Amino acid sequence: MDSLTYTATGLGKAIKEGRLTAVQALEAVFARIEESEELYHCYVTLEREKAFERAAAVQKKIEAGELTGPLAGVPFAIKDNICTEGIPTTCSSKILQNFVPVFDAEAILKLKQAGAVIIGKTNMDEFAMGSTTETSYFGVTKNPSNPAHVPGGSSGGSAAAVAAGECFAALGSDTGGSIRQPASYCGVVGMKPTYGTVSRYGLIAYGSSLDQIGPLTKDVTDCAAVLETISSHDPKDSTSMERGDTDFSAALLEDVQGMRIGIPRDYFGEGLDPQVKAAVLKAAKVLEKKGALLEEFDLSLVEYAIPAYYTIAAAEASSNLERFDGVKYGYRADAEELHAMYKKTRSEGFGPEVKRRILLGSFVLSSGYYDAYYLKALRVKALIKKAFDAAFAKYDLILGPTAPATAPKLGESLADPIKMYLGDIYTIAVNLAGLPGISVPCGKDDKGLPIGLQLIGDCFQEKTLIRAAYTYEQTAKQEGN
Amino acid sequence: MANEISDKTIEYAAALAKLELSGEEKEQAKKDMGRMLDYIDQLNELDTSQVEPLCHLFPVRNVFREDVVVNGDESEKLLKNAPEQKDNMFAVPRTFD
Amino acid sequence: MAKQYETVIGLEVHVELATKTKIFCACSTAFGGAPNTHTCPVCTGMPGALPVLNRQVVEYAAAVGMAANCQITRDCRFDRKNYFYPDNPQNYQISQLYLPICRDGWIEISVPEKEKTVTKKIRIHEIHMEEDAGKLIHDEWEDCSLVDYNRSGVPLIEIVSEPDMRSAQEVIAYLEELRLMIQYLGASDCKLQEGSMRADVNLSVREAGSEAFGTRTEMKNLNSFSAIARAIDGERERQIDLLEAGEQVVQETRRWDDEKGESYPMRSKEDAQDYRYFPDPDLTPLHISEEWLAQIRAKQPELPAKKRLRYKEEFSLPDYDIRMLTNSKAMADIFEETAALGAQPKKISNWLLGETLRLLKEKEMEPEDITFSPRHLAGLIELAENKVINSSVAKDVFEVMFASDVDPKQYVEEKGLKMVNDENALRKTVEEVIAQNPKSVEDYRSGKEKALGFLMGQTMKAMKGKADPAAVNQLLRELLKP
Repeated sequence: MDSLTYTATGLGKAIKEGRLTAVQALEAVFARIEESEELYHCYVTLEREKAFERAAAVQKKIEAGELTGPLAGVPFAIKDNICTEGIPTTCSSKILQNFVPVFDAEAILKLKQAGAVIIGKTNMDEFAMGSTTETSYFGVTKNPSNPAHVPGGSSGGSAAAVAAGECFAALGSDTGGSIRQPASYCGVVGMKPTYGTVSRYGLIAYGSSLDQIGPLTKDVTDCAAVLETISSHDPKDSTSMERGDTDFSAALLEDVQGMRIGIPRDYFGEGLDPQVKAAVLKAAKVLEKKGALLEEFDLSLVEYAIPAYYTIAAAEASSNLERFDGVKYGYRADAEELHAMYKKTRSEGFGPEVKRRILLGSFVLSSGYYDAYYLKALRVKALIKKAFDAAFAKYDLILGPTAPATAPKLGESLADPIKMYLGDIYTIAVNLAGLPGISVPCGKDDKGLPIGLQLIGDCFQEKTLIRAAYTYEQTAKQEGN
Repeated sequence: MANEISDKTIEYAAALAKLELSGEEKEQAKKDMGRMLDYIDQLNELDTSQVEPLCHLFPVRNVFREDVVVNGDESEKLLKNAPEQKDNMFAVPRTFD
Repeated sequence: MAKQYETVIGLEVHVELATKTKIFCACSTAFGGAPNTHTCPVCTGMPGALPVLNRQVVEYAAAVGMAANCQITRDCRFDRKNYFYPDNPQNYQISQLYLPICRDGWIEISVPEKEKTVTKKIRIHEIHMEEDAGKLIHDEWEDCSLVDYNRSGVPLIEIVSEPDMRSAQEVIAYLEELRLMIQYLGASDCKLQEGSMRADVNLSVREAGSEAFGTRTEMKNLNSFSAIARAIDGERERQIDLLEAGEQVVQETRRWDDEKGESYPMRSKEDAQDYRYFPDPDLTPLHISEEWLAQIRAKQPELPAKKRLRYKEEFSLPDYDIRMLTNSKAMADIFEETAALGAQPKKISNWLLGETLRLLKEKEMEPEDITFSPRHLAGLIELAENKVINSSVAKDVFEVMFASDVDPKQYVEEKGLKMVNDENALRKTVEEVIAQNPKSVEDYRSGKEKALGFLMGQTMKAMKGKADPAAVNQLLRELLKP
């Protein structure tokens, strides 16, 4: 069997059973990278040598019985905004092109403890600002389903690497849909957990109140295993939550009997591609057949999520990105005087989309506008949270599309920012309300581009999501066969 | 477009964000910000007079560290990424204010 | 006669809290480490690092607020203050704007006015918690600046008064009272020279009798009480001169140059003063429960104002002694412990305010540096009271005790410093001195009182200082009678 067809947990099991070694798995991955990376450009940095050293060391520990987890020996790709000690972490920005973190993000430590092998850092929209991975300073990533199309973003490199077999699983980050939307575009599983489930320590912040790290994987089983591994209550992150129910693999059950699923009419209106709509509703029927109770309802406020989100995210980003100033790390432009150095460094170091958002963020926080824009957005956020609370009083989960359309062609999106932002309409509210959301592949359009089904759960209800996603995946697979 | 962004406004935002915009960039930025603000102004359709701003989603309070020194001298590591350094310090161009 | 002006002053006082670690990370706050040796990813603003609040900072801030009669904000939080400067590694400072931990307090000051002391309440607008900045050192050789983040993230409280002060004297009295109170709480050592207490002065002038405030300026870089007093007088003069010349005072921040005795406007036009405060999403809000407040209250020591009243009632000391003793908690503690051992309060006060202060000054030490134990001070007082040693020996013994905390009783014993009370031995020595100094004897007898002093000195010398001077004096007079 071609070792690349293994899922991450399948590979972990095969290594444990001695059917192949961690080094052999890594060789297969690098062989694939040799073949396809030039075309797809999933990675910003590859750490071939370190990865092989690590794989050999992990293999020894597996053989010695010291590493027994499901991900031991599995090659991972990491989004380039998650700090990895000794491996450059650039956020796909010129301003951090030479930055090498001095510590591992907490999620990376958890992966390493589990025996995962990090092979490199994946391309992304600069500082996670974008929905196509085209705002990267290091060039675009292409969608493995069709290289004329974008992989989505901002975790486009991670999604494409999983889809292309250039890794077995990846980490991404999701501030407004940045895991779920590229997962949908690339035909892989992507999940954003409840805010506070995975430590943000070591995640280079975009919108601190919205950011979460999460898995991009080949299937739901891998998703549960990776999320279970990286979830933790981290005393270094004040917003990290103490929750005792992170044994997500326990929720891999084919059972949605009696599960109440709400289908928001607002997610199926104008602007939704008919093929996407058909695929998602077909997926809903699959769950219904397995015993779930479907009901349409009005979620409301959907169109207000995007303006509220862009106000809050831009405001937080404008502050979070102030530290990139040429003083302590990263790019520095030559200048005689300090303030000239700041301006030159930042003007040369940041790309247009980042500048657009930090200008907006600085403006909405500035004297005289704070109440009208920033506080207003926080009030709308409260209303959106209330709307979800009302929905979850009636339903166990909400089902809809991940994105309104399949992956657009390269170069089509950046010209009109508002249009690009509208692509996040179904994912953004989930971040505002801190909810968990998962995107699961549910077919392809007539161009062969993947479509994603999004399931949204109430806070801390990842297990419900995983159970439904797993049930759908298994049933669809059987029906497909 | 309802929001006309003046040169002064965009220059002010750029000064706060420590960005220098070329003439062309400035025109683009004015247009972009105007459009974004028009879009954000949609929020005014909602009556939020009875709604408290929601900063933190969860009612988690009082996350603390105890007052115990744990960290040692990490200066060598921390200075590794410095564009310029001297005498174990980060070196920056001088300021004329 | 020119117009009469009134000076209106409010203070913003920054105090570094005496925590072991920084406000948001586990780095040491110890003073004087080599550059950047007390730093970590959090306090150098590394990408991905996150702050976690030090519990002790909240306790100290609330304790100071309580002592200053403030309302404690039960639900408060931190905000980011955004501005670019290299000493501020994130380019935002974590502070409190919207919900500071304490509000609406006051402290009472006493200032002398025409022969008597008057008291006055200075209102406190708010106290908030924030992080300190690093240090920027200008390197003249390379024409660049160097940044040391050791102080970055050291916890501060900023105490903002209302504009209730009217003179430099009131300002100093306010600062002294504040400092004393905070030292009593153990919340800070409040050393102006080392920067653990810093005061910014907001000052305006207005015509006497006017209700409206004039335009104020803010003065920074004031690192001693005397510099503060000079800066206040200088700024008052400058503003009055402007007004007299028909000009306007500009609202601005000025830097006081104490050597030149002048102030200069600070900050370039580069800096738009728009800090874009917003709640820090990286930190959770704080809730200070009734129970926690009670715990903090229970830990409060007796504060200076209360202590002064008690000293008056319990020890009947003069006002001067009370004020001097309570001006340092260390001093007051030694006083109280020594008194508890049974020594007479006024005697203790005399030792502490006399010899102790003299030696502290001579050795450039603070009362906190005192190492002699109250038990030994009480012992020394007992030796002197019981005339076991004479007063000059007592002073000598005290100096040794001050330096190395010896037990005075043991020391006097070992060194043989006890007064010689042997009447015969003394008489014999005095007779010898008289016999050896006929000239002085003659002088004395002819009315030169000074000669007696010489003969006393000779006798004491012969007795190796251990005689009771009163007894020597008496005996000399007796034997010299013609």
